[in-house]
Amino acid sequence: MNDSLLSLVTFIPALAAAILAIFLRGEEAAAQRNAKWVAMVATVITFLVSLAILFEFDPTNTGFQFVEEREWLMGLKYKLGVDGISVLFVMLTTFMMPLVIAASWNVEHRVKEYMIAFLLLETLMLGVFMALDLVLFYLFFEAGLIPMFLIIGIWGGKERIYASFKFFLYTFLGSVLMLVAMVAMFADAGTTDIPILMSHQFGSETFSILGIQIVGGMQTLMFLAFFASFAVKMPMWPVHTWLPDAHVQAPTAGSVVLAAILLKMGGYGFLRFSLPMFPVGSEVLTPLVLWMSAIAIVYTSLVALVQEDMKKLIAYSSVAHMGYVTMGIFAANQQGIDGAIFQMISHGFISGALFLCVGVIYDRMHTRDIDAYGGLVNRMPAYALIFMFFTMANVGLPGTSGFVGEFLIILGIFQANTWVALFAASGVILSASYALWLYRRVVFGDLIKESLKTITDMRAREKWIFAPLVAMTLLLGVYPPLVTDIIGPSVEALIENYETALAQVPTSGAEAASH
Amino acid sequence: MIQADLNIILPEILLALYAMVALVAAVYTGKDKLAPMLTWLTAGLFVLIGAWIGLTGEGENVAFNGMFNNDGFARFAKVTILVSAAAVLVMGQDYMSRRGMLRFEYPVLVTLAVVGMMVMVSAGDLMALYMGLELQSLSLYVVASMRRDSLKSSEAGLKYFVLGALSSGLLLFGSSLVYGFAGTTGFSGIIAAAGDGQAPIGLLLGLTLVTSGLAFKVSAVPFHMWTPDVYEGAPTPITAFFATAPKMAAMGLFARVLHDAFGGVVGDWQQIIALLSVLSMFLGAVAAIGQTNIKRLMAYSSIAHMGFALMGLAAGTAFGVQAMLIYMAIYVTMNVGTFAFILSMQKDGQPVTDIRALNMYSKQNSGKALAMLVLMFSLAGVPPLVGFFGKFYVLRAAYDAGLAWLAVLGVIASVIGCFYYLRIVYYMYFGDEGEELDKGTSPVLMALLMGAAAIMVLGVVNLFGIEGIAQAAAATLVQ
Repeated sequence: MNDSLLSLVTFIPALAAAILAIFLRGEEAAAQRNAKWVAMVATVITFLVSLAILFEFDPTNTGFQFVEEREWLMGLKYKLGVDGISVLFVMLTTFMMPLVIAASWNVEHRVKEYMIAFLLLETLMLGVFMALDLVLFYLFFEAGLIPMFLIIGIWGGKERIYASFKFFLYTFLGSVLMLVAMVAMFADAGTTDIPILMSHQFGSETFSILGIQIVGGMQTLMFLAFFASFAVKMPMWPVHTWLPDAHVQAPTAGSVVLAAILLKMGGYGFLRFSLPMFPVGSEVLTPLVLWMSAIAIVYTSLVALVQEDMKKLIAYSSVAHMGYVTMGIFAANQQGIDGAIFQMISHGFISGALFLCVGVIYDRMHTRDIDAYGGLVNRMPAYALIFMFFTMANVGLPGTSGFVGEFLIILGIFQANTWVALFAASGVILSASYALWLYRRVVFGDLIKESLKTITDMRAREKWIFAPLVAMTLLLGVYPPLVTDIIGPSVEALIENYETALAQVPTSGAEAASH
Repeated sequence: MIQADLNIILPEILLALYAMVALVAAVYTGKDKLAPMLTWLTAGLFVLIGAWIGLTGEGENVAFNGMFNNDGFARFAKVTILVSAAAVLVMGQDYMSRRGMLRFEYPVLVTLAVVGMMVMVSAGDLMALYMGLELQSLSLYVVASMRRDSLKSSEAGLKYFVLGALSSGLLLFGSSLVYGFAGTTGFSGIIAAAGDGQAPIGLLLGLTLVTSGLAFKVSAVPFHMWTPDVYEGAPTPITAFFATAPKMAAMGLFARVLHDAFGGVVGDWQQIIALLSVLSMFLGAVAAIGQTNIKRLMAYSSIAHMGFALMGLAAGTAFGVQAMLIYMAIYVTMNVGTFAFILSMQKDGQPVTDIRALNMYSKQNSGKALAMLVLMFSLAGVPPLVGFFGKFYVLRAAYDAGLAWLAVLGVIASVIGCFYYLRIVYYMYFGDEGEELDKGTSPVLMALLMGAAAIMVLGVVNLFGIEGIAQAAAATLVQ
């Protein structure tokens, strides 16, 4: 059982998708209901089975666990495994998916295809976090674009075509450069096995291409190639522009998956590839990444302030929060990386919940304009409460998980680069201003708009979707060791390897100075 | 001696005899009434001979003093050619007979073209090369203008003929130079004369001209001009044929000339091939963006794909040849499936080639739309579909050969090219509601379309074991 537990978890959703595709016929009400239930049951089973991973996971072991390995093509391997860094992302994915399916219960248009797309997407996302082979990782990473392209394109809003093409081509362009770097790594190390590559020293001698000095040599180039992919996926400023479009146009469930899970692939990629495999390249480019993150936090927070579309506002807030994550990762110390992972997990719950909150009122009013709302508290007290809770969590109120992540990151970055920390901290204030202002405009005030006078509060199904998210946000907020105990040892090992690797090569800074 | 030689070339002889017998029989009996039966018979024969070559052939068999070389490489190419030609024959039959185009000459000419292709990939001598190439080309010129009452079809045939003759001229001129400087037309003699790294300048000129002639046949930029017009003008089943078997044959011949005859001077031709590759990938990717005719679009798509296959060849290594073979096999499969779909696009019995007619096709026939979606993403090279692995192989071959710049440019071109494949998906899945296409697809087309799509998905497991076969095939070519 343990031998193929990961494969089992990964492929249950795909199996369900295949069953839907082959056996479910028709578009009448019964077929639609069946499609929803099959998807629901499959995602719940996936979650339950994945609990076995969590319970049997040994946090003190910093290596990969539940490893399975089979030969594949061309010396590639089908190899899966999880360590302290990836196991929580796997759990986040399996945890969120049933909620996503539940939030899609109102879909009436091409339900079968919709459920198939989401189920396949779950398989691919899980594969990304478990893959221990470069090309297998790339395969899952890229394949996820196909269902997401369709989700945005088919079930999206008015500008969905533009958004779906932009989403696909933007992320595809980022990733293909990573593919070339993977080919280069394969050629250099002779293997695509991730654990082996993590201890492989890629060349870091400075050389020049077309007269340009490349400090850090191969490592810098490879880092940049991977960076192109992960920075787009995160997304980091200035390559974030696809995200607001994609979020706004995607259906609610699509936005939730995008914000809660897909964005985390970038951060996960930095932790799995960039830092351990190209330590020299990482060190050379750390200032760049840190400043890009600082700009992202301040700039996108300011942009969020002036948004008139709720989803766009939350999308920009996601970019800002992802800025914290990259900052924490490249602070390259225990607090920073712990905080980054914590922030990613917590942002998964919080931003997912915020998009669901928008979905609740969008389902009723079919508009996302902030101006169209106001005074909702009068008719929707339960909604006001839940929206308030997640707004506060997004701002980073102590007691919610948002606080822990941001605090740890700022703590970490302060040790690494005080100036950047200054900007990061200012982002906390900015996030409070846009989030609270949004809340005030939507929820408080008098209910004067005619159209809102008949709006109804959340139904039981909607409340139940939020319940687990509220629970997790609170739980992680008051008892962070739930996460840090699992990730801590692995992060510690990661930093140790990173520093050993850097110590083995002559410092590139001195080398650059001598030129 | 001659007995052994004939044994080696037996499949080609049998096919040629069959073509002649069929021709005579059809002329003296029912003429076109025999055509449908003849088409199926020919396709069946192709598959049989393909199986025979694939299953029983082993070792390197050289016939006629090196003129004809039946090795693993040739067998790989031949099986691909025969199987794809069979698939294309059966899938076009319904389309052609409905439009009164199914004459008995069609299967006969295709058979002759296939014999030419088989000689091409086995050529061990410039003479054999030219004979094979011309047999193929002449048959194809006629086939392209099969629809005699259509202006476009005649134009396609004529264009193809004139430009093809030009390229044959280049090829012949190059061959004569090679002969003049090497003193022989045999590949084994040429490789000895070219030596290691230092070839006489006349020989290099000959090499360049021969390469240009061959680039025309694979429709690599800047020798691609004929492709879109011929693809558009020829009847669709014949376009499907152009896009598959002849491409494999020409790439096979290309590899053979470069490695068997000029394997010692890789450095001299590597840049040429790399340049052809880059230009083809970019032109194919960019020029197709504005196309709304799906046949022209597929023409540019095939130009881009030839660019990728040439990338494998540009590596100049055994792995590069292996990558090229895998790429071509995958490419041919994808094109068979795609053309099966295009053939089934009809409105009121008339063929439709405008991609805008696919509006919301997924609502009309979700199964076919899904298969086409898979094929489009596979053509674009998006994992986990098999098209991605073709790209991965050639990228790796190029990188290993020190052509990292080529690999980088290749992936960028593939992103640009992605756009027009996505556009077809866009029309099928999220376009506006439009007039519906005809319902009902012939079972043959359905089977080929679904089969190709299934191969694209299931191939992720191990590419159906093609890797090892291609490796062995490449090893016989590049020692």
